Amino acid sequence: MKVALRIYRFNPETDKEAHYDIFNLEANLNDRILDCLNKIRWELDSSLSYRMSCGHGICGSDAVNINGIPALACQKLVKDYDYSKELLIEPLKYFPVIKDLTVDLRLFFQRIKAIQPAIPPQSLDRQNSERLQSVEDRNKIDDAIKYILCGCCVAACPVILEQEPKFVGPAAILRAQKYIFDSRAKDTTERMQNIEESYGIWGCKSYYMCTVVCPKNIKVTEAILKTKKKIIQELHPKSE
Amino acid sequence: MIHEYDVVVVGGGIAGLYTALTAAKQCRVAVVSKVHVTRSHSVAAQGGIAASLGNEEEDHWEWHMYDTVKGSDYLADQDATEILSKEAPNAIITLEHMGVPFTRNAQGRIEQRRFGGHTRNCGEAPVKRACYVSDRTGRAIMDTLYDHCLTKGIDIYNEVFVVHLLFESNRCCGVAGYDIADCSPQVFHAKTVVLATGGCGKIYETTSNGFASTGDGFALALDSLLPLEDMEFVQFHPTGIYGLGILVSEAARAEGGILRNGRGERFMEHYAPVLKDLAPRDIISRAILTEIKEGRGVEGKEYVHLDLTNVGIEKLAEKLPEISSFVKTYLGIDPSEAPIPVAPTCHYIMGGIPTDIEGHVLSDEKGTVLPGLFAVGECACVSVHGANRLGCNSLIDLVVFGQRTGTTIAENCKGKNLTPLPQQAESIVIDKINGLLDSPGNERVPVLRGAMQRLMTEKCSVFRNGEDLQLALAGIQQLEKCCVNIGICNKSKIFNYELQEAMEFANMLKTAKAIVFSALQRNESRGAHYRNDYPKRNDEEWLRHSLVHVTPEGLRVAYKPVSITQFQPEKRRY
Repeated sequence: MKVALRIYRFNPETDKEAHYDIFNLEANLNDRILDCLNKIRWELDSSLSYRMSCGHGICGSDAVNINGIPALACQKLVKDYDYSKELLIEPLKYFPVIKDLTVDLRLFFQRIKAIQPAIPPQSLDRQNSERLQSVEDRNKIDDAIKYILCGCCVAACPVILEQEPKFVGPAAILRAQKYIFDSRAKDTTERMQNIEESYGIWGCKSYYMCTVVCPKNIKVTEAILKTKKKIIQELHPKSE
Repeated sequence: MIHEYDVVVVGGGIAGLYTALTAAKQCRVAVVSKVHVTRSHSVAAQGGIAASLGNEEEDHWEWHMYDTVKGSDYLADQDATEILSKEAPNAIITLEHMGVPFTRNAQGRIEQRRFGGHTRNCGEAPVKRACYVSDRTGRAIMDTLYDHCLTKGIDIYNEVFVVHLLFESNRCCGVAGYDIADCSPQVFHAKTVVLATGGCGKIYETTSNGFASTGDGFALALDSLLPLEDMEFVQFHPTGIYGLGILVSEAARAEGGILRNGRGERFMEHYAPVLKDLAPRDIISRAILTEIKEGRGVEGKEYVHLDLTNVGIEKLAEKLPEISSFVKTYLGIDPSEAPIPVAPTCHYIMGGIPTDIEGHVLSDEKGTVLPGLFAVGECACVSVHGANRLGCNSLIDLVVFGQRTGTTIAENCKGKNLTPLPQQAESIVIDKINGLLDSPGNERVPVLRGAMQRLMTEKCSVFRNGEDLQLALAGIQQLEKCCVNIGICNKSKIFNYELQEAMEFANMLKTAKAIVFSALQRNESRGAHYRNDYPKRNDEEWLRHSLVHVTPEGLRVAYKPVSITQFQPEKRRY
């Protein structure tokens, strides 16, 4: 079966602006989009640049825009799309393009760092054994720990793309949410204050795009809303 | 660019990060990784991490040690295995205190489940020893460690590919590599170098490993004339998704999954009457391929079924969500309704860079320590896994020996000065890059790589024999000739993956040769190394570690004894 991929190309060494190349290749219905990209790089054009690592949706390397929507190239198959038409493969939006589909993720990782993710949970009353955590409490963070730092949610966020590029973004809030809702952490006030600061959690307008595109099906918007609620209840209780 | 640190860790998987975090309590540490940290293959570890916590039922470190030694087919060093099993419970507690979100039981303690080869009272029945985070245990540990790295002042160099180890006065004094983003040379001048570069699954056609698992650390060691230990022992995980090789964790069988042949029979009963589907991986992989060879594959094809239909929708969602989603995504199968086609997939290498129990790299069979160089994780061989690793013992190996290695480094780093760098550190890298970019050669990496992967799969995988191994060696020698004639079409210096893959291919080929050469010498069957022409284990001649190394005359193998303390070799029955 033939498929056609229309791929965004930009080489900073030679190009003033980006263009698109169309590649026609043999593919199977069950081939990953990543398999198609590899086929191009290994057989048709060795200069095509994109990242990959695990190949099955757990490392988060190969997020790209497929027909305009952020997704992992290794998690989407040819049959998931209308392959009678050209498949449009572009770099994630928002992040600066370095070459072809490879984007500069430094800002993404800086924002993860900015929420100071690992101030360790403070209650260490059980030095020589594990701290207890009920199944119910553990479930409160079960969704947040599915994250893989792929950047899809950030690249799909209408606030970041159209309104406020400095908004900390769904990925970092989700990371903070894990630490705020972990029952093993005794005092999360500072953490909640941190995520509340300028360009912080209140920038989220609940467009739900993060949730729609998340390759791990994390209910990102819900996690943000829960965090907002907790911040209101604990940091800004109504005066009596 | 030349960077100066107390410690440079090459590789940002769990072994690398744990070592880095431990050493960073006393030293300035850099982590250098060819992929973004958090993309390393540790994140693909699914089922669990072993420790005799006894949270679910009685368990003891001695039982864990016994299982590990027996699982290794008695090739593991028992002094090291004792440390692994003894220190495992504390390592889990430390991980929990760091914030790893372990799955909990009704008492609020870390829940534990069964896993292949882990037994109660030395072989009576499966025991619940695997601590876990549903089926994303590696990812969860990695994320926690990464978060700690971000707040502990560890400098992370993402997408820097290390291509050379630097030595001065017989001491390792740094590494040289290049920034994948622009080909600029990056030299790390350090008092201590740690190799935590992972495995080499990509030398086979079908593997659970990611694209980055190309044996880089093994090639760095061989290039530096260091030996590699027990390289003939390559683990094939019994249940890779057919055709793709993506891992379906043993946890699937721990939660009740059953392997069935084309007739629907639970065939593991015939191969391992006590542990059945939870027998060690080498035994199950051979059983699956025997079923297929004898015509009992599914519909005459080269796979069997992993049947999870009895596990229940709720348990699948709770305990095996990632696996369920992989199977749905890639095969369109709902595991609660239909069985999963599986076949063995290259998963792990038991061998590696020889180290002592503190992580020091050893440069010969006498155990001579090479100053300044450490190795930890899959790329190292302590040896705790011997001829066959038990499931869940890899993650605990990373943490226990990451901790020990980091501690040793921290203690030895103080007060020491940097050994001067060799003059040509940067030019080695520039020459290597330009040599490839300017090569007039016309051989193409994807073609050669495919040939190597087919060769290794056909001649040197689960079942081996002398004749095939000779052919494999000859094939590799042919590929070596082609390798020097590789040409790179893409001349760009910015994210040039064709260039990187050429270097990775050279690394894979060196690793493959070390595996084949070691396998060819070992005229016995032990653990994952099964020779049709020598089907018995031969303790008299072969209860010893092999050390393959480069000499001017080509590869040679030396041997060293196995440490046996508590458990004398016995016949291995399950």
